[in-house]
Amino acid sequence: MKLHSWGRYPVSTSKIQKAQSAIALQKSLDVVTEGSAIARGMGRSYGDSALAKEVICTEAVDHFYAFDEETGQLRCAAGITLSSILHTFMPKGWFLPVLPGTRFVTVGGAIASDIHGKNHHIDGSFCQHVNALSLLLPNGEVLQCSHSENSELFRATCAGMGLTGVVLDATLSLRKIQSSAITQKTLRAKNLEEVFAQFAENHNATYSVAWLDCLAQEQQLGRSLLYLGEHAQDGKFKAQGSRAINVPFATPSQLLNRYSIKLFNSAYYNKPTNTTHASKLEAFNYFFPLDSITHWNRLYGRRGFLQYQCVIPDASALEGMRKILATVSAAGKGSFLSVLKKLGPENQNLLSFPLQGYTLAMDFKVEKSIFALLDELDHIVADHGGRLYLAKDARMSEAMFKRFYPRWEEMQALREKIGANKVFNSLQSQRLGL
Amino acid sequence: MKTVLIIGANSAIAKATARLYAEEQCQLYLLGRDTAALAEQKADLEIRGATSVDFAPLDATHFAVHEAVIDQALDNLGHIDIVLICHGSLPDQALCETDFDAAAEAFKVNALSVISLLGVLAQKMQEQNNGCIAVLTSVAGDRGRQSNYVYGAAKGMVSLYLQGLRGRLFPFNVNVVDIKPGFVDTPMTSHIKKGALWASPEQIAHCIIKGIDKKKYTVYAPYFWRYIMQIVCSIPESIFKRLKF
Ligand SMILES: Cc1cc2nc3c(=O)[nH]c(=O)nc-3n(C[C@H](O)[C@H](O)[C@H](O)COP(=O)(O)OP(=O)(O)OC[C@H]3O[C@@H](n4cnc5c(N)ncnc54)[C@H](O)[C@@H]3O)c2cc1C
Ligand SMILES: NC(=O)c1ccc[n+]([C@@H]2O[C@H](COP(=O)([O-])OP(=O)(O)OC[C@H]3O[C@@H](n4cnc5c(N)ncnc54)[C@H](OP(=O)(O)O)[C@@H]3O)[C@@H](O)[C@H]2O)c1
Repeated sequence: MKLHSWGRYPVSTSKIQKAQSAIALQKSLDVVTEGSAIARGMGRSYGDSALAKEVICTEAVDHFYAFDEETGQLRCAAGITLSSILHTFMPKGWFLPVLPGTRFVTVGGAIASDIHGKNHHIDGSFCQHVNALSLLLPNGEVLQCSHSENSELFRATCAGMGLTGVVLDATLSLRKIQSSAITQKTLRAKNLEEVFAQFAENHNATYSVAWLDCLAQEQQLGRSLLYLGEHAQDGKFKAQGSRAINVPFATPSQLLNRYSIKLFNSAYYNKPTNTTHASKLEAFNYFFPLDSITHWNRLYGRRGFLQYQCVIPDASALEGMRKILATVSAAGKGSFLSVLKKLGPENQNLLSFPLQGYTLAMDFKVEKSIFALLDELDHIVADHGGRLYLAKDARMSEAMFKRFYPRWEEMQALREKIGANKVFNSLQSQRLGL
Repeated sequence: MKTVLIIGANSAIAKATARLYAEEQCQLYLLGRDTAALAEQKADLEIRGATSVDFAPLDATHFAVHEAVIDQALDNLGHIDIVLICHGSLPDQALCETDFDAAAEAFKVNALSVISLLGVLAQKMQEQNNGCIAVLTSVAGDRGRQSNYVYGAAKGMVSLYLQGLRGRLFPFNVNVVDIKPGFVDTPMTSHIKKGALWASPEQIAHCIIKGIDKKKYTVYAPYFWRYIMQIVCSIPESIFKRLKF
């Protein structure tokens, strides 16, 4: 069957195995024949991380196993979505410690990408709140992994992009909240220096993220709106946002061109925004504004799009980001949504993306000329000591990957040790020489 | 607090429906073949809010145990507000054409077992003088198609049976709901290519709960299948017999 992930690029021809129960998932390797299988959750990664000749879908294995009301420890199957967890637990006053920009990702996917949220600078990434997991190994055995048990495998599986095995279930820590609402403060920054300074000034804000106009130039390069958020304290709990609208089919990609993007970005930056007073909104609307348009990825047309997400360490971030934005702007390419975020310290997981610095994410529709531009950006990122996010990647070269992730050799050695290199290979891992 | 008995509880549609009932804090009793899977559901449903969940094994084609199993369920729940019958299987039509045993098995699983269970349940519900019986049949039971008429005939048999049962139980405040799903993406249909008309088990679950709440007689799930089936049923036989679908 033809299969793609969120960016709708690339498209693979895959045999899909949809496990219907935990037991079936445990046996999924019995019928794998090709030696290139990979686990897949909701397919919300953008590129080819969840694509392979044989794809093992976990989505239907979505049970809660146990919840401790005292400690907030939740054990659940890997195929459950963060959306389901919030749906059940928010009304009871519990919240997930780390949330990405969409709630439609599975726990397995969140672990495999060690995802980060708007609070990374304070709370770290998703796997820092995972206490244990069970892993289906290439030989069909199931192993418990945690910081204290099989810890080497734990650190390789967290952020491991499915390359050590299939995560079957996990124990996470939920946290208490007093309200499902978020109080949001918006700051307008007239350029990149200013938004960096605002991030630094507001390092105590629980949540922070900036939307950035990637087409603004010169004095206005990097002009942004910075959104700060705190949990409200009013004791009301609601697990819903605005009603979603749907994009029913892929729209002609010509609709997105440098003029429409420039117009949109400029209008967005200048939209009437109350920058003096805080406003209150439902958590779903704060964390997942894009979820209110189902299938927004179809707006980029039939050929799909690429998301480019890099991080650059603090010391060289300003200079690096400036070069990136200038290069994009000079090429006349633009992104509807460009997101800038401050990240906190790196963790121990071998292929985890975040490091102390700034991350920028931009979307580009797939067209011939885009690949050379992104290769050029890779060099800027590498020269400034940064790296790209594997969950968003569909195109980086093996050489770049190995520069970005110096611990790849440890990963490879471990994969060989457990025989994962003979079973678990995604289109991405093959491209990256893992 | 509602009490709900679900038969064939490991079906994907049943699971999705049980979750909605759990959120309504219902008391649930699950019957199905795979008890390990039922135990998994119990933990899950209790976390989602169910007041309590119990389960027992049942192979629906073991007619002899039906009475005892239903008694046990009734004992556990005290009273049955809603019973939902979900089990079923999609036979291989081509095989059924040459192998009567296969056809007979399809009728046993999809029709006779349901009718046997309904016999016992009707008696109990009549005695309690209220409640609701909901059964998953199929749009396939509305007209026999050459590609799928064994399954269709079995489902159609149950639909006709339900019409009569509805009349019989009406004086006793028991509503009988016939739920007719269209194409649903579940393990039963995992081998079939999916298109625009396909629904998720969650969508069907919402239709089921709404139909039961509103005391409907026949629920097409999703609703648009009512119109599709009206069209299908209005095609003259002289044309229909030539259609391969
Ligand atoms: C609109 C949008 C916003 C996003 N915002 C953010 C964000 O703010 N921060 C962030 O960090 N990410 C973000 N992401 C990316 C997303 O969180 C990750 O790609 C995540 O991994 C997707 O989860 P999934 O269940 O869809 O996994 P998939 O896309 O299906 O798979 C992703 C990877 O996880 C592996 N995997 C999945 N399940 C398992 C399992 N059970 N066992 C082992 N490996 C498994 C796959 O093999 C693959 O390598 C965003 C994505 C979108 C579409
Ligand atoms: N999917 C569709 O497109 C569709 C369309 C119209 C109607 N329906 C009907 O909807 C109902 C639910 O099906 P589904 O789609 O949810 O499929 P499903 O997930 O495959 O469920 C079918 C269930 O029936 C159970 N079952 C089969 N034989 C049984 C027996 N002898 N005793 C007890 N249980 C038995 C199976 O039990 P095990 O788990 O033990 O195998 C399984 O749990 C069925 O009646 C089906 O005919 C489905």
